[in-house]
Amino acid sequence: MMSTTYPNAALQAGAMAPAFSLPATPDQMVSLGDLRGSPVILAFYPADWSPVCGDQMALYNEILSEFRGLGAQLVGISVDGVWCHAAFAAERKLHFPLLADFQPKGEVARRYGVYREKEGITERALFVIDADGVIRWSHVAPLGINPGADGIIEALQDIAARTGAAEAVS
Amino acid sequence: MSRLSIPVGAGDHAQGSAGATVTLVEYGDYECPYCGEAYPILKAVQRAMGDELRFVFRNFPLTEMHPHAMRAAEFAEMAASAGLFWQAHDLLYENQEALGERDLLAYGQGLGLPAGVVAEAFDGRFDQKIRDDFRGGVRSGVNGTPTLFINGFRYDGPRDLDSLVAELRQAQAMGIEDAVRRGSPSHGRR
Repeated sequence: MMSTTYPNAALQAGAMAPAFSLPATPDQMVSLGDLRGSPVILAFYPADWSPVCGDQMALYNEILSEFRGLGAQLVGISVDGVWCHAAFAAERKLHFPLLADFQPKGEVARRYGVYREKEGITERALFVIDADGVIRWSHVAPLGINPGADGIIEALQDIAARTGAAEAVS
Repeated sequence: MSRLSIPVGAGDHAQGSAGATVTLVEYGDYECPYCGEAYPILKAVQRAMGDELRFVFRNFPLTEMHPHAMRAAEFAEMAASAGLFWQAHDLLYENQEALGERDLLAYGQGLGLPAGVVAEAFDGRFDQKIRDDFRGGVRSGVNGTPTLFINGFRYDGPRDLDSLVAELRQAQAMGIEDAVRRGSPSHGRR
């Protein structure tokens, strides 16, 4: 087998989003292909169980209706396993899937250029992917700082404006 | 860098003069323990800065996490309609462990609000204002509660008194410099 080459930094706007298929629960896989047809927000985060009120996933959970209002689906991705995700999602009452980039560890994060080899976790990284699977915006935040959602909302609004313009032309 | 998308305006709850040289905006949740921790510190910051600081509070209730946060926000907005926003705000942060509906009704009575006005708090009339605060916060990069903005820029640093005052003083100095450079007359006065 040829070895895969990975990007050495987070993939940028304009790149095709690498395909993946990851478990969301012990018996359910989610692939990027399943999510095609509407914008997707991939939120890589270092680990489940960070402190509560400033927690990025808990914050996004509160904002889900804003994302959905812009037609987008959100998935969180970390290297935690499915049981850990299940406990975390239940405790925080999360209403969106958390995917386990667990085996082989960090493989999807590597394809997106956001794996931290030394610590064995993913960067705190955001990708907004359009309905055709093209990355339209990406951002890597400092590990300890929740980036919020302003960048995501802006990217989704840009996609909506672009789609609207394309529809108006055709 | 995340910036406040909704400028401070007449619809905001503000303490301090509009002519203050530095503005601190808090997006907060009345049930959030970190906001509760920040509450006495922000009071101390206000005392330390005096008239130079304008402090603004905006709603950011994390309703999935905090079952009483929305009701508490409604209560404070109701009090605002009677001119008692800050009294309610303070009361809520000083009694974070008791924010049930019955507690809130008792606080309303304690503030001397007419029973009829208090009863209106939870009929949904304040939801739009709270939702507008929340959505503006999302667009401004609010990343948890409390989130602070100093002169429009999100502040992610430590929230102890000394750090906050140092940061506010720096923002103040920069703001005055900018204003002088632009020749703006509105900032020179104190």
